[in-house]
Amino acid sequence: MTERYVVAIDQGTTSTRCIVIDRRGQLVSLAQQEHKQYYPKPGWVEHDAAEIWRNVERLGPEALRRAGATIDQVAAVGIANQRETTVLWDRATGTPIGHAVVWQDTRTDTMIGQLDAKPGAEGVRHRSALPLATYFSGPRLRWMLDHHPGLQERAERGEVLFGTMETWLIWNLTGGLHVTDVTNASRTLLLDVHTLDWSAESLEFFGVPRAMLPEVRPSVGVFGTATAAFPGVRIGAALGDQQAALFGQTCFAPGEAKCTYGTGSFLLLNTGSELVRSTHGLLSTVAYQIKGEPAAYALEGSIAITGSLVQWFRDQLELIASAPEIETLARTVTDNGGCYIVPAFSGLYAPYWRSEARGVIVGLTSYITKGHLARAVLEASAWQTREVVDAMNADSGLALKTLRVDGGMTADNLLMQYIADVLDVPVVRPLAAETVSLGAAYGAGLAVGYWPDLEGLRQNWHRAAQWLPSMEKARRETEYGNWQRAVSRTFDWIQA
Amino acid sequence: MQSIERAAAVLRLLAGGAGRLSLGEIARSLDLAKGTTHGILQTLRKVGFVEQDRVSGHYQLGAAMLRLGTGYLDVNELRSRSINWADPLASRSGEAVRIGTVLEGQVLVVHHVFRPDDTFQTLDVGSLLPMHATALGKSLLAYGATPPTSLDRFTSRTIGTQRELAAALRVVRECGWSADIEELTPGEASIAAPIRAYGGLVVGAIGISGHVERLCDSRYQPRPPLVANVRDAARAVSRDLGAARR
Repeated sequence: MTERYVVAIDQGTTSTRCIVIDRRGQLVSLAQQEHKQYYPKPGWVEHDAAEIWRNVERLGPEALRRAGATIDQVAAVGIANQRETTVLWDRATGTPIGHAVVWQDTRTDTMIGQLDAKPGAEGVRHRSALPLATYFSGPRLRWMLDHHPGLQERAERGEVLFGTMETWLIWNLTGGLHVTDVTNASRTLLLDVHTLDWSAESLEFFGVPRAMLPEVRPSVGVFGTATAAFPGVRIGAALGDQQAALFGQTCFAPGEAKCTYGTGSFLLLNTGSELVRSTHGLLSTVAYQIKGEPAAYALEGSIAITGSLVQWFRDQLELIASAPEIETLARTVTDNGGCYIVPAFSGLYAPYWRSEARGVIVGLTSYITKGHLARAVLEASAWQTREVVDAMNADSGLALKTLRVDGGMTADNLLMQYIADVLDVPVVRPLAAETVSLGAAYGAGLAVGYWPDLEGLRQNWHRAAQWLPSMEKARRETEYGNWQRAVSRTFDWIQA
Repeated sequence: MQSIERAAAVLRLLAGGAGRLSLGEIARSLDLAKGTTHGILQTLRKVGFVEQDRVSGHYQLGAAMLRLGTGYLDVNELRSRSINWADPLASRSGEAVRIGTVLEGQVLVVHHVFRPDDTFQTLDVGSLLPMHATALGKSLLAYGATPPTSLDRFTSRTIGTQRELAAALRVVRECGWSADIEELTPGEASIAAPIRAYGGLVVGAIGISGHVERLCDSRYQPRPPLVANVRDAARAVSRDLGAARR
């Protein structure tokens, strides 16, 4: 019998990966390509959507070649994508209109202030279950319509289409299917999270023509059949990358949570079929929807800068040659020497939501070496996790018992130990650190019957590593206090 | 081997000069064609011996030159680059996986994946294992690591003499993989294979360990499917580190 596989496309912030996965949920092969980051102005971040599609087109066959597999061995393709990144393109030619505006981009900052004061803002917040913030794609879409002459009119006529990355990729994979999934749609500010369809009132609030929006579909269910990159293969799932990771960690039951450590870090807690509204600065979001079933919701704590702080340390300060060396450098000292780095590069996300905050390094003395700075870089990720976990415990009324982690930074043992220490709970890594891809693969495989059910997927989950807390309570509290004082130094830096 | 001579000349020039040199300056100094010089510089850059300034495009000695002799691959980088292949090895073999590198005559465990049975296990990253009594150590010894001077005995099966060790390492080199069968701990066995980087340089070893009844067949030999799993994982990591397919 010929082995069959599922392919995941993980379209991330810095790179695109195509991953071939087997029935056990294990990686068979991987092909990866970084794409160019454009920083035209401070606070602006852009991608070339055409470049990203070209990468997918090339990486798909490459991943299959590395697996020694042919296209007819692929049962389904699933997509996990960077969320909230906004792409516009011409319906007739398929050509992107300008660069895609990336989720980290803060150009809509001033506009958000104006929108927040406008009548109807409360309704948008209520229907979307999100705060008005630069993070989400709706305001970005508004900005693009405002800054390309004639675009609004063309959009009204249906000549210009909007999508987040999965929509753009499915459009190209299928040669013109214009669809999104509930998880991605739930990050636009335009969706009604209860009806799971675009809200006419919210569209009117932002002045977004419905003609340019994709159809909203369940995350797991056949979207269509690919004609490019994987010709003849069904596209079985699309999920925002963080929801995909929750799915890949098999957090299917209410109360189960995971944190993915990548460019940014994202802690999601499954809250079941009930939408929980946060009173502690977390987001309510759609976790996933399997076709024919009600949606599952999640509480999310997003941290903008974790892995990207290490990249900054590598590329801008040039203190290390590769990201993993941060651990080597951090281990040259035994503590942070009193130094703290709060990476509010584009404001602070959960639980603060301070877009006017900017990063600080505090506690500098002549004693501080680059080793201490490396420690402070890693500790920043841990403390930001702690703040989100505290908020989640307060919102859900439950205390987190263990944290399931994944993502590239789980290779950093010093960081994982520090997270266990500051949370005072065990930190557990599953036997597949690539949970974003795995979630997309699981969804796609489930849609076409490659895996029978959620229970079958759960059996694939195994513990690969565990870090147990070992920090004394007194030290944890002192350090947390220092961290919080450091955070308060970032506030009100950008003046309106 | 003219190209090696030229590469050596480029390195000496960069080491002797003050600051960074442009392609033109290097080519003129060595009386070489610009195209030839560029080719040499790009290869040296790929292996980390030369770095190019992002703004000026000028060249200088790379960080890898300074670390020659102290092991050129950062252990945290080795873990980061191999983590994706260690997980599938644990899944396919059903055993715990470790990746090791040489540290002062011992095997330093740089990565550890639990045996995937969800029982309680403790991470032992950072711990040290004896070279001559583990599969990881034998894979490292067979491809260039300095053998320990004293061969401590852990079980009745531990290799006890340099002669025996040399013979065992010859077998490892012939087969391309190594094993320890109850040589460190009674009832336990391990299987490992070398991880290679560019040029075939062995920078570490990856292996599995577990109960001897699970790892070995009725003839007390490592089970061939497990050996194949280990070698596949070692090849996958090596490929990611830039070793040629072999």
